Amino acid sequence: MGWIGDTVDSIKSIQIRQLLTQAVSLGMIVTSALIIWKALMCITGSESPVVVVLSGSMEPGFKRGDILFLHMSKDPIRAGEIVVFNVDGREIPIVHRVIKVHERQDTGEVEVLTKGDNNYGDDRLLYAQGQLWLQRHHIMGRAVGFLPYVGWVTIIMTEKPIIKYILIGALGLLVITSKD
Amino acid sequence: MHSFGYRANALLTFAVTILALICAMASLSDNFNSPSPSSQIQILNINWFQKQPHGNDEISLTMNITADLQSLFTWNTKQVFVFVAAEYETLKNSLNQVSLWDAIIPTKEHAKFWVQTANKYRFVDQGSNLRGKEFNLTLHWHVMPKTGKMFVDKLVMSGFRLPEEYR
Repeated sequence: MGWIGDTVDSIKSIQIRQLLTQAVSLGMIVTSALIIWKALMCITGSESPVVVVLSGSMEPGFKRGDILFLHMSKDPIRAGEIVVFNVDGREIPIVHRVIKVHERQDTGEVEVLTKGDNNYGDDRLLYAQGQLWLQRHHIMGRAVGFLPYVGWVTIIMTEKPIIKYILIGALGLLVITSKD
Repeated sequence: MHSFGYRANALLTFAVTILALICAMASLSDNFNSPSPSSQIQILNINWFQKQPHGNDEISLTMNITADLQSLFTWNTKQVFVFVAAEYETLKNSLNQVSLWDAIIPTKEHAKFWVQTANKYRFVDQGSNLRGKEFNLTLHWHVMPKTGKMFVDKLVMSGFRLPEEYR
């Protein structure tokens, strides 16, 4: 009778220890991913160092599903640069090219007009009501490099959240059922 | 240790790492290319030059643009975006850049071209400072790769001047 109780106790304790180890290693993976993301934010100086292209307004250069690497430096914004900006009131950032720049003599502040390469007209229709120009504080970063197709994972997970839950569920199952 | 799951995981990780490495190398190979592009822009005609109701000057002109950008293309180039901007200075603004025309060059064969066109985008000033203004016409190009880092450069052509009077 006693050794049954001992065996049951030892099995229980092993399982708890294993579970805790797995929980800690999962936590480590998530934390290191977060550290890498924050470090990227620091290095590139931009709030979101990687964005996914969501529309076809910059085709054929950037297609839907490509990802862009952003960098924001103190250099002034000049015509031809591809910038990512947020319009007040819209939460989705837009990736377009700067076509007009007016920089003030005294303050050095800049007013900028953008346009998507594949669009017919400029972006004034996309700006907030009555807004004719973008200022520097609207701009999140300049696109400096890109990778094709990789962003489709994010698009699929955003548009069909079921897939996100399935993926996280499967990952969770894998972690729990793996022996080491 | 040798289950299907572990093997699939190891294979996938390896494949993704190698893919990332190949993309990086493709992008690095672009640095070995030393381009020598050339271009000429001529202003054929000032079509009209007016002050708009809001008080801003606007001008319409026809240009002759020739360029040879074939040396910019590498095997990792998807397209070259080229545009012509007028750059000038005014009392209020230390720099004004107004894009007048742009085009997408998809292949090397299209990169040597001659175009005669009116300005695609309106040349509007912030104010009415354009009379007799000297300005530069700059040809900018933006090499967009199939994967990796993008390259930007420009060619400045100076010596253009707008007419003294509205017409």
